[in-house]
Amino acid sequence: MGYVAVKGGTKAIEESIKRLKYERVHKGSTIEVEKIEAGLRGLIDQVMSESSLYSESLASLAIKQAEGNPEEAVFLLRAYRSTLPRKHVSRVIESEQMLVERRISASFKDIPGGQILGATTDYTQRLLDFNLLEETEEKVKEWLAQFHSEQMEANEESHTTDLTIPKVLDYLRGEGLIAPCENNDQEPRDVTRESLDFPAARSQRLQVLTRGQTGAVTSLAYAVIRGYGALHPTVGELRVGSFPVYVDHPLEDGDDEDGFYIGSIKTTEVEMLMPVTVEKELGKKEIEFEIGYGICFGQNETKAIAMGILDHCLENPDPAYPSHNEEFVLYHIDAVESTGFISHLKMPHYVTFQSKLDAARKTKTTAEKEEVRG
Amino acid sequence: MNIAYNFAFFDEGSKREIRRKTLKAIAIPGYQVPFASREMPIGRGWGTGGLQLTLSLIGREDVLKVIDQGSDESVNAVNIKKLVCDTTGVEITDHTSNATIIQSRHRIPEVPLRNNQILVLQVPIPEPLRFYEPSEYETKKLHGEKEYSGAWLMLFEQIMKYGSMTTGADHPVMVHDRYVMAPSPIPRFDNPKMNESEALILLGAGREKKVYAVPPYTKVVSLDFDDYPFQRETFAGKCCRLCGASDVFLDELIDEESKETVYQCNDTSYCLEKLNEDAALEVRV
Repeated sequence: MGYVAVKGGTKAIEESIKRLKYERVHKGSTIEVEKIEAGLRGLIDQVMSESSLYSESLASLAIKQAEGNPEEAVFLLRAYRSTLPRKHVSRVIESEQMLVERRISASFKDIPGGQILGATTDYTQRLLDFNLLEETEEKVKEWLAQFHSEQMEANEESHTTDLTIPKVLDYLRGEGLIAPCENNDQEPRDVTRESLDFPAARSQRLQVLTRGQTGAVTSLAYAVIRGYGALHPTVGELRVGSFPVYVDHPLEDGDDEDGFYIGSIKTTEVEMLMPVTVEKELGKKEIEFEIGYGICFGQNETKAIAMGILDHCLENPDPAYPSHNEEFVLYHIDAVESTGFISHLKMPHYVTFQSKLDAARKTKTTAEKEEVRG
Repeated sequence: MNIAYNFAFFDEGSKREIRRKTLKAIAIPGYQVPFASREMPIGRGWGTGGLQLTLSLIGREDVLKVIDQGSDESVNAVNIKKLVCDTTGVEITDHTSNATIIQSRHRIPEVPLRNNQILVLQVPIPEPLRFYEPSEYETKKLHGEKEYSGAWLMLFEQIMKYGSMTTGADHPVMVHDRYVMAPSPIPRFDNPKMNESEALILLGAGREKKVYAVPPYTKVVSLDFDDYPFQRETFAGKCCRLCGASDVFLDELIDEESKETVYQCNDTSYCLEKLNEDAALEVRV
């Protein structure tokens, strides 16, 4: 015999996991992953965007496992993402190729292609719809059938279905109101494959922003337009739609026609117009417009706009505001990093605290000695 | 073993990348090497840096020990062991001397380590200068220029304010006379164990995406002043209530019945081994 370790920790964890499962199922019913995919589009879009992994079905599974907690769902998907080897890189997507479902401009009323409201909660009244308590699949199917027949009629009249339309900003460039910009064809740097360094490349900044936690990105951008950055931007154009994704044949050099279509990704894209004062000859000042760019997986409009604002802030560093400091912004908006470090405070700190206690006691004995001396 | 994942969780490319960065870290003692830290199935800040090092190094022959604040049975240590075990099937041990890889949070075991062992420490904040310089861009320059007056000033100010250095755990060290390094929040008691260590010491910060190392037989000196020397935590006159050890790091506990303060080895496996040795001796006598 002899002394053996008390296996308290292992047992406690097992029981805790059991308890967690109980909390998930204790009402005696379970939610199917298909139901989540069908009904929780907003959460799925948020989770896919913060996870930087585009898969509605995996996001739905993560949401089920996380009991709908986005923090936990993003964590699950990010961890899964780490295990996936990268076998292909898609072809470059030009954002004009978006099949637009929704597109608005807050800067111009009459834009080429017109304003398309699409699906938005912007003009709904936020009143609880108690009818949804009684919604049945039957009713939903009935409504769908009617909706489809209306759509058919409308399409026969107008002959338009999927849309690719010109960009508002190209129109402004044509007018000379914003400066033309050169294509930047540098290979983007991937922060998940090589660690972020400073000053960061724009591709790194955009990647960190688009993966950022929705709430964090929104809050920092809010601070900018409220006063910590003194900007009042305007939405030049906001689009929601899908991009087709193609990959090249892994072995053969093919021309443009030979790419493989592997699916499409629904995306929100925003181009913000930022008024800036520019000093010209003889101290004459002029107002010009600069651009902030935001893009994210799914329909995440607030986040995409906020990203556009922060992109512009980071392009124009200003020591007066933390929101214009790339280390401050980029290091603190990641969902998995911030929640991980905050939650680690729950771990035992017995040794570190004991050590601090020793230091604190030492200062007391020194102080007492000095008192005696004094 | 969970077959849905590759051996040791990561794909081979990821493991190789981490090992390459580890080699660089060993070549430049105390220098923080940036690496593409992966997201792990345990929380960022819960030991993902150490875990990535362990997973990148571990082979089927390895024997692993994981401790958290001195305890093999702490919930987080158990959780990390379970993940490594599920994805590798390697042997797990509590005995420090049996392990080939020891992953630890905030302690260096009391049993001296040997040259065929690797100690992996989990690091929350790898930057020893972060306390007075929040910018990574700036601290990188300070290290490059060996400009460490800020670190000394920090200690000097503590002496001026409180009459002694008040660092708790994570007292900064100078490695190989070149880089000031955060030893991870090990108590000051453990700092001297890093000096001329026989075992390779690797430090991994997952959230901050850095790995660094103290190769075997490297000079590691805790920062101090001639007239205010570095001091370990003192447990003078106290000893473990279970095994009676005195020159070890002790946990301070309150006896539930007598309400008195009592002390116990923080390194639980060391305590257990000592108890068993003593018991064996008694039997022989």
